[in-house]
Amino acid sequence: MSLGSFLLRRLGSGVLAILGVSILVFSFLHLVPGDPIDHLAGGEATEGQRQQIEACMGLDRPLPSQFLAFLGHIADGSLGHQCPDPEKKPTVAARIAEVFPHTAALAIAGMLVAILLALPLGVIAAIQRGTWVDTLATTASLAGIAIPQMMFAPLLVFIFFVTLGWFPGPTETGWKALVLPSLAVGTHLMAMLARMTRSAMVEVLGEDYVRTARAKGVAEGRVLLVHALRNALLPVITIAGMQFGSLLSGAIIIEHVFARPGLGTTLLEAILERNYPVVQGCVFVIAVLYVVVNTLVDLAYGIADPRIRHS
Amino acid sequence: MKVALKLSPSAWVGAVMLAVFVVIGIAGPWLAPYDVGPHALDLARRFEGPSAEHWLGTDGKGLDTLSQLLWGARAALQVSFIVVGISAAIGLSAGAIGGWYGGAVEEVLMRFVDILMSFPGILLNIAIVAVVANPGVAVMIAALCANGWVGYARVARGQVLALRERDYVAAAVALGAPPARVIWRHLMPNLMGPALVQMSFGFGGVILVEAALTFLGLGPQVDYTWGAMLDQARTFLWKTDWVKLYTLVPGLAIMWVVFAANLLGDGLRDRLDPRQRGRS
Repeated sequence: MSLGSFLLRRLGSGVLAILGVSILVFSFLHLVPGDPIDHLAGGEATEGQRQQIEACMGLDRPLPSQFLAFLGHIADGSLGHQCPDPEKKPTVAARIAEVFPHTAALAIAGMLVAILLALPLGVIAAIQRGTWVDTLATTASLAGIAIPQMMFAPLLVFIFFVTLGWFPGPTETGWKALVLPSLAVGTHLMAMLARMTRSAMVEVLGEDYVRTARAKGVAEGRVLLVHALRNALLPVITIAGMQFGSLLSGAIIIEHVFARPGLGTTLLEAILERNYPVVQGCVFVIAVLYVVVNTLVDLAYGIADPRIRHS
Repeated sequence: MKVALKLSPSAWVGAVMLAVFVVIGIAGPWLAPYDVGPHALDLARRFEGPSAEHWLGTDGKGLDTLSQLLWGARAALQVSFIVVGISAAIGLSAGAIGGWYGGAVEEVLMRFVDILMSFPGILLNIAIVAVVANPGVAVMIAALCANGWVGYARVARGQVLALRERDYVAAAVALGAPPARVIWRHLMPNLMGPALVQMSFGFGGVILVEAALTFLGLGPQVDYTWGAMLDQARTFLWKTDWVKLYTLVPGLAIMWVVFAANLLGDGLRDRLDPRQRGRS
């Protein structure tokens, strides 16, 4: 299958999935008891005000027409309006655009931490396979997977902010305030990637071309880095990419602990406020990010290893 | 079980650690030295450190932390056990049926799986629990099952696609066995290996997500879930007082279970899926 038709197919199924998620969330929100107008209007709203809000949100229209209106908001780029007073409040797209840089910064920083730590750890464990170094590295990465962020993040705050005062704590801004959250995000990822790197390296090191390279006298460092690691990176890229997709949708626990704005937190707040337009908008953006990142990963995979035919 | 006896030492460690959790989860409420209900509040004894009376101190309501930890084990065990069971049952059936019948059935199933996978699982869980007013344990379980079955369905479908071509399956069909019997008697037993691996990893995953939800204040409004206890621990850690680190013990409990589940999962995978050997 050619690259073009592969892309087209992926895009097709991606659009289908995004539409599916949107419909699923849309019907779910409308199925669940709990009146969004009560939440927005408060207890003392007059009947007129209630009707105004209802009309503003389009809740007086039939469901299919409400969903079409949502698709229209996607088309015009606003992703919807917040009621009441849509003129005074930012559009859903503007609200998401406001928090997204925070989410993206954390995702990228966390990813960097994870990759920089995981690759050396995984490679060393693979080279030293079966020794105590391997056992230590493997156990450490398993512990990194098992440690809950709900414990690790507060622990980081306690040690490096409350006690040592080396880094800023929750609610603060600036690049230094990114250090602790990205460590918290990165450790978990690092553990997963280190495991992947180790197992991929172990497999690759047993391949014939590695033996050939050694036999013809290639320096060991070059064998490891050029012949082995490059090939072992493929599965690691896949996992890293998939994880990046979920990081871009907001590391909600970390955002909670560090009182950081972000996509995940915005979604949670919107759900609790029954702010349907914002919920729909966030879900849409997250699904799009997810699908786009996963498609890019597939592409990178194919480019990194020409043997892979997209099928 | 012959297979279980041949597990690697590390998988045995995982199995024993998991067994300890199960025993504590079952017996926890009886072992708990104090009550954890609202009537046991003792506001005069709030935020006490560890003592002979309260080994792990008391929380912001004067409740005994150790007792909460033990009750929390029950809650965690209950949710993870039921969620893994229901998810596996739904996923394996859906995957086996989809793989067996193929065509439109399979297409619909896989599109549905695609939809659920084009969105981060935890946000879906959060959305479901957060939307329902006063969610109880049942809502929490339903939310975790909503996407929990997907992994099992994928595994089951893949296996069935391969098994479908086997001679013994063809023989069963030729002898006139109805599809239900073929799926139940001939396919299901062969799905149990991969399913067991998935269930072991799933057990740890469910514990983590459940704790994450209760940490965010979602789900059943009780003080003794491990997630809720960790959320409270944050208020203890605002002062430089190393003793207060004991409030993070629920986190260690979560870590214990997840670590054990992964050790066992790795071991089972090496054992039951020889192709994956060494890829841990």
